[in-house]
Amino acid sequence: MSVATKTDKIQRLAELTATKETSTGASLWREAFRRLKSSKMAIIGAVIIAVFVVIAVVGPYLTPYAPTAQTWRGEVFPNQGKFVGPRGENWFGLDHLGRDMFSRMLVGARQTLLVGVVSTLIGLVAGFLIGGLSGAAATLGGEAGKRVDSVIMRFIDMMLALPSLLLAVSVAAVMGQSLTTVMIAVGVVQVPVFARLLRGSMLAQGGADYVLAAQSLGVRKRRIVTSQIVPNSLSPVIVQATLSLATAIIEAAALSYLGLGNPDPAIPEWGVMLAQAQRFFDNAPMMAVYPAVGIIITALGFTLLGEAMREALDPKLRG
Amino acid sequence: MSLLELDGVKVHFPIKKGVLVDRTVGHVYAVDGVSLKVEAGETYGLVGESGCGKTTLGRSVLRLVDITEGSVVLDGTDLAKLPGEEMRRFRRRLQMVFQDPLGSLNPRQNIESILSEGMIAHGIGKDQEERREKIKAILDKVGLPSNALARYPHEFSGGQRQRIGIARALVLEPDVIICDEPVSALDVSVQAQVINLLEELQKELGLTYLVIAHDLAVVRHISDTIGVMYLGSLVEEAPSDALYAEPKHPYTKALMSAVPVPDPEVEDKRERILLTGDLPSPANPPSGCRFHTRCPWAQAERCATERPQLRDIGGGHRVACHYAEDIASGKLSLTKGEVVSATREGVEDNPEPDDPETGTSAEDTPAKIPAQAEKTAKDEKPAEASEEPEKAV
Repeated sequence: MSVATKTDKIQRLAELTATKETSTGASLWREAFRRLKSSKMAIIGAVIIAVFVVIAVVGPYLTPYAPTAQTWRGEVFPNQGKFVGPRGENWFGLDHLGRDMFSRMLVGARQTLLVGVVSTLIGLVAGFLIGGLSGAAATLGGEAGKRVDSVIMRFIDMMLALPSLLLAVSVAAVMGQSLTTVMIAVGVVQVPVFARLLRGSMLAQGGADYVLAAQSLGVRKRRIVTSQIVPNSLSPVIVQATLSLATAIIEAAALSYLGLGNPDPAIPEWGVMLAQAQRFFDNAPMMAVYPAVGIIITALGFTLLGEAMREALDPKLRG
Repeated sequence: MSLLELDGVKVHFPIKKGVLVDRTVGHVYAVDGVSLKVEAGETYGLVGESGCGKTTLGRSVLRLVDITEGSVVLDGTDLAKLPGEEMRRFRRRLQMVFQDPLGSLNPRQNIESILSEGMIAHGIGKDQEERREKIKAILDKVGLPSNALARYPHEFSGGQRQRIGIARALVLEPDVIICDEPVSALDVSVQAQVINLLEELQKELGLTYLVIAHDLAVVRHISDTIGVMYLGSLVEEAPSDALYAEPKHPYTKALMSAVPVPDPEVEDKRERILLTGDLPSPANPPSGCRFHTRCPWAQAERCATERPQLRDIGGGHRVACHYAEDIASGKLSLTKGEVVSATREGVEDNPEPDDPETGTSAEDTPAKIPAQAEKTAKDEKPAEASEEPEKAV
């Protein structure tokens, strides 16, 4: 081998191993995402959620029949226990009013997703504000701040002490029967969970050395909260939000099942469908199985992704 | 006038109980009356075993903990009395390097953002471009490549992280840097690099250091003056060489006697002072001299009733002991505790040990700091050790 090719090779090696000036570091979020990609649980969860979201978004445009059209009313006689199961033109069969179950499932997906996302958002935003205020007061507010935190937290404890469904039913009872009520009721139930979680996480970060370091640098308190404490306290909250989507869907279904949901029969929703199917469960169990399985699979998808995210973001697992 | 003067600094943490209304049931006397002076351009080393209040003292200088009493005067300004916002601005002149290099860096911020934080807080540099130039210059000074800017703390080694911590303090161009155990979390080989870096920076930028450490060798290497702390107060203060040549306070004597000497002939003759008893709780410190419960030279009356103040006994050597001169001249004899041969405490004369490992492991024992050494000393009184040489570790 000639000297020239040898130096070329060394040169090439040096180029390959050198860190580029422009190379950017991998933030923890990026690393968590990398870990997430290699987790089977996360992939299964993400696929389920993706399919669900696609169905929820485009489903209503792909329905073979209108979800409210009682086209086959003449074939279904609930009083005599006569129902129509799956068949060529109606893949999931008909419901008790002779409506196409498949179309209703597709349209219902959108309602279910809407309820889940909006109610979780309500809980997240309100919980974030309350918990963030409480956590900031406790970590950097001194003696007065600790008192503020104490008062807020006792209030949150009171909310937590109420059984969640009872709380939701109370809210729904006060506000009347509508889809908005369901979303708010389910959201209110989540508020104390998010508030407690964020505050606890902020308290844990509040004593960290880097917060002390920021203080000794002379960084303003407000900025310490927004740029140091909160970004480091977010990961459990985000995981909880994903997991909450699952419970929100289930709770919304429960409220609908109890008859507190959307009274408008024109808009099918999985929880309402499940509630209606209950009356005919002896003769037509499949009418309940479709929405139930839909709810279970969706909740499973969010739970799987949430759990995988928890693992990916857990600092103890970080190498 | 010294650059940094602490006068009678006390930091007491209230112990609270109660659900809704907190009741103060006592205090932890973490720092209980410390006065010291740090001259400009010099390094003051603060040593003591864990729990003696040295870290709290360091933090109180920066007002990261509230000062209960006393004053911290930097260049004529009493920091203990500054209101919040003024104190915040004053922090630019006082910076801190932390013990845990990773824990003290925000994992979600990249290096540029970490180093900019302080500059933004104090309005240094008019835009990010200008700040970046300055950060690059500082990174170069502490020996980090400029491509470190976009990377995150977890991508660096321990030594590099500590360099980032030092750079963070330096960008604000402070007068005094408080180093709280700056190298104790690092590998020994890296410790030397970081210590040397600190010294170089001091020479180049005329920095003043207050170094807090428990490692006597590190402190000796870097310090001009050394203060020894015990249970919240200074027991002895002297120029570095004087303190190591002849410690005057009984506690310092015990502390120094635990340090192994690299010369084997001297090491063979080295004697260790073994202290009795445990470190008292700072929530309930002993009356009189804080050290009298464990002091080998403790006298009947005075030590338990009268708290000794730091007094100059010549050559800038200050000691808080009523009987320092008498102990030095040999007039007083031991009242408790014992002096043992450092090399004999692990293994009694045993020309051919059965287990070859025993011989080597015994040599590690004297290197422990007193708190730990004492623990080992308890269950290995020399007599027992001769019977069971395996227990030496």
